[in-house]
Amino acid sequence: MKLRINGEWLTVPETVDTIGELLGHFQLDQRVVIVEQNETILEKESRSDNKVQDGDSIEIVQFVGGG
Amino acid sequence: MNERYSRQTLFSPIGEAGQKKIREKHVLLLGAGALGTGNAEALVRAGIGRLTVIDRDYVEWSNLQRQQLYSERDAEDRLPKAVAAKQRLLEVNSDVKVDAYVMDATPSEMERLLDGVDLMIDATDNFDARMMMNDLSQKYQIPWIYGACVSSYGICYTILPGETPCLNCLLDQVPRGGMTCDTAGIISPAVQMVVAHQTVEAMKILVEDWAAVSRKLVSFDLWQNQHTSINVSRMKNESCPSCGENPSYPFLKYSHQMKTAVLCGRDSVQIRPPASREWSLEEVARTLAQQEVKVELNPYLVSFTTENRRMVLFKDGRALIHGTQDETEAKTLYHRYFG
Ligand SMILES: [Zn+2]
Repeated sequence: MKLRINGEWLTVPETVDTIGELLGHFQLDQRVVIVEQNETILEKESRSDNKVQDGDSIEIVQFVGGG
Repeated sequence: MNERYSRQTLFSPIGEAGQKKIREKHVLLLGAGALGTGNAEALVRAGIGRLTVIDRDYVEWSNLQRQQLYSERDAEDRLPKAVAAKQRLLEVNSDVKVDAYVMDATPSEMERLLDGVDLMIDATDNFDARMMMNDLSQKYQIPWIYGACVSSYGICYTILPGETPCLNCLLDQVPRGGMTCDTAGIISPAVQMVVAHQTVEAMKILVEDWAAVSRKLVSFDLWQNQHTSINVSRMKNESCPSCGENPSYPFLKYSHQMKTAVLCGRDSVQIRPPASREWSLEEVARTLAQQEVKVELNPYLVSFTTENRRMVLFKDGRALIHGTQDETEAKTLYHRYFG
């Protein structure tokens, strides 16, 4: 499945079904992030229900602390 | 107008009028590490009136790769960063008034320094300080600019009190235990990119070109060639304890501050972070293991030794830093390795 993630087309395994699983795939499931799917910001609670589909445009912003 | 600023005043969104405004403005910079030195140099060169710079740390060799105001001499002398920064900044532009404070600023100390401040810039390395700045910004109606970076990644967001969502609106929890510059490393282009975002936002605010201020949360990974920006305006939360209708400014309260205690006779400092939660010790150990330190993990704690300091982190976020009785040093190490 091809997804446009942060402006770049990436191929992710077909086993990734939801936004929650996508975050797990990128090892971001333990991190504090904001996720936008096709220009809609997702509530944290709905990430495990939101399905990802081929061609989706997804923005993931991770809050980091360094400086 | 001074020849010094001629190329900046030729830039029409600033112009002579904007330069005059910049000259009248007072910026407070919390932190004088990588982001702090980059922001400070840019703003001092741009000709602000006054800069307050606050930092609790001293210059080390590992800073020189990216912290642009410091020299080998500063590292040899272990000069406090605020002091070394001030010296260099006055060489760059002696017209700017620079106030330097070597301290680990608490909310009450910050409140005393905020009088007349037009803008705060985040150059800290931890979310305790950022949440404090976020509440101070709301309480005193002073804009602030969040910025952070780690490895080749960076993030920036401008908070305008009364208009944009605040940092607390955007976070479902205060981030802890993630990567830090001391666990995942950092390359200077990532620093410079965040500094560029922060200083251009600062310039817009200082010349009062409010319409030009970015209302977006921007982030990038320079190594992965990724850039993104999210319009977060809909995330403003009317019941936010920091910026909502009945704000309580939780992060200015004593209970929300990191507590430290020297353990008598043990040459150790105990650190208790605000708002305890379950930490993923496996995650912490995995991040630490990427460095050349031996990490020990059991179901209750993770421990490792670096720079002659042994650090032990418990599941509730509490830590013991062995080999020091200096509470500020212990806090610095905590933020460095555990975020
Ligand atoms: Zn808020």
